Amino acid sequence: MSEPTPRVRVTGPPRRRTPLARPAGSDPRDDDLDALYVRALLRDQLALAARTLGTLALVLGALPALFWRWPGLADHRLLGVPLAWLLLGVAAYPLLVLLGWRHVRRAERAEDAFADLCEGRGEPRP
Amino acid sequence: MSAEAAPGVVAIVLVTVATLGIGAYGLRLSRTTSDFLVASRTVHPRLNASAIGGEYLSAASFLGVAGLLLVSGADMLWYPIGWTAGFLVLLTLVAAPLRRSGAYTLPDFAEARLGSRRVRGACVLLVVVIGWLYLLPQFQGAGLTLAAAVGAPTWVGPLVVGSIVLVNVTAGGMRSITFVQAFQYWLKLTALLVPAAVLAVVWLGDGRPTGGPIAGDLPDLVSWSRPLAEGDGQGLYVTYSVIVATFLGTMGLPHVVVRFYTNPDGRAARRTTLTVLLLLSAFYLVPPVYGALGRVYAGDLARGGSGADTVVLELPRLMLGGTGGELLTGLVVAGAFAAFLSTSSGLSVAVAGVLTQDVVGRGRLDGVRAFRLSAVVAVGVPCATALVGPDVGVARTVGLAFAVAASTFCPLLLLGIWWRGLTPAGALAGLGVGGLGSFVSAVLALGTDVGGRAAGGWVRLLLEQPAAWSVPLALATMVLVSRATADSVPAHAGRFLVRLHAPEAVVRP
Repeated sequence: MSEPTPRVRVTGPPRRRTPLARPAGSDPRDDDLDALYVRALLRDQLALAARTLGTLALVLGALPALFWRWPGLADHRLLGVPLAWLLLGVAAYPLLVLLGWRHVRRAERAEDAFADLCEGRGEPRP
Repeated sequence: MSAEAAPGVVAIVLVTVATLGIGAYGLRLSRTTSDFLVASRTVHPRLNASAIGGEYLSAASFLGVAGLLLVSGADMLWYPIGWTAGFLVLLTLVAAPLRRSGAYTLPDFAEARLGSRRVRGACVLLVVVIGWLYLLPQFQGAGLTLAAAVGAPTWVGPLVVGSIVLVNVTAGGMRSITFVQAFQYWLKLTALLVPAAVLAVVWLGDGRPTGGPIAGDLPDLVSWSRPLAEGDGQGLYVTYSVIVATFLGTMGLPHVVVRFYTNPDGRAARRTTLTVLLLLSAFYLVPPVYGALGRVYAGDLARGGSGADTVVLELPRLMLGGTGGELLTGLVVAGAFAAFLSTSSGLSVAVAGVLTQDVVGRGRLDGVRAFRLSAVVAVGVPCATALVGPDVGVARTVGLAFAVAASTFCPLLLLGIWWRGLTPAGALAGLGVGGLGSFVSAVLALGTDVGGRAAGGWVRLLLEQPAAWSVPLALATMVLVSRATADSVPAHAGRFLVRLHAPEAVVRP
């Protein structure tokens, strides 16, 4: 019987160091450049995450405070359904999926830009 | 056993046969230790996402949410939202870097990042504690469900679920479990959605009643529609504490995290998480239907303490009756049983994986045998506790597991992934403060509850819902102690962060 899928042996966390693709050390300034690139990528990704989670906190996180400050909101109905049920029972989920989808797209774009930067080092980018 | 039990018994037997059958199919493909632990990292995002969804949707989601909604109303909607939003937080901050770290378990990650055996040891302990805290209510809930559905004594549930899980896990490990879990997500969604649709049609046919014969104990419609817990300022605190625990606790649950290592790379991990978000969102749209219909047709269920948990199981019989009602009852019982099986299988694999690597595997047993022995321990301890221990309520123990996970692994993962300055001493101090703080206070609250000396007021509230203070406290401790021991920042920290964040195409080993 043939193997149905390729197997990879896993024995725990690889403990060897993982240098960057390019042979390091040819120019000491390159290492600084690498650190700079990675730091920029890290900052980009963190800013992205902050934007996604910030939106989440602002929209969903404000709801308890709003309903606490204005208890009358619980009285309101939309399409015959009490407002809180509509917001928390239905609307919250498309919001979560949308935020997630947008985040994945942007995070992958940031990574692609980083990969381009690493490969096209020294040359102007298109 | 009465004739009423027939559909439930048939459903449980069918789910068991399907679970073992799919597990056996997976077993044919499972041969190496790697298969057992991470399904050899060949799982496609869509299959993997179904598996995560199947594993994640426990009885608390399938039965508990509808019951909570029926009794307390809109403030309980925060639980399903938090359980879903937890994956958005995971997606944005943890998913891809965690996969790229190349570690299998949380202890692996901690050791690879910080190079400290002591931090690893603390993580092992926490994984086991959180895993068992989460497994215990699964087994207890299984006992209650079997009692309600087929009239079995409460000790039958833990034994039946425990044995099936053990057979499946020890026989096939992660690879076989992946297929089982994916199947069970779709089973659970069908088993909740189809009866809900039929019952909604019945409700329309009845002329869309809104009041119904509601028992006097139910809150009126306005307070039932307030998304805040009881009490003015206290209600606000409880609500936000639940939000903190669920949004941040998901990333620290051992059975969730372990699945990320089965992704081929960081991008796949992200896409898997996005699909999970979609699957959970679809699922959690349904329980409010049961909560609302329960208010119309089964108001008296809300009166008895744990009776509300059976609203999903009872509604088809109450609203439809006859053969149709029995068929739908069989379907929801099947879904509930699948919920117990899948969540406890996932947790058992995760706990057993950690025990294999750090406790049992240190002996002379070979990989697969060590994993099987660990699985016996991982399932046996909570199962035995469920049989002899006191019943503290499914929702509360699960809430406690989330609070502990949010207060320990959340700060460790966030700082470990995004901050170069984390030191072993800082991590240890934070894990200790967060873990002890959340665990001890919640146990104290449970203890005063059981002893019948329920003290009211803020102190009790802070003990019962620790997440809102214990998570920031743990985070601050980690940062401050790390700052104080800045000279012990691991030498490889910078390089490790590069590996976590740079796409695989750029960083080659």
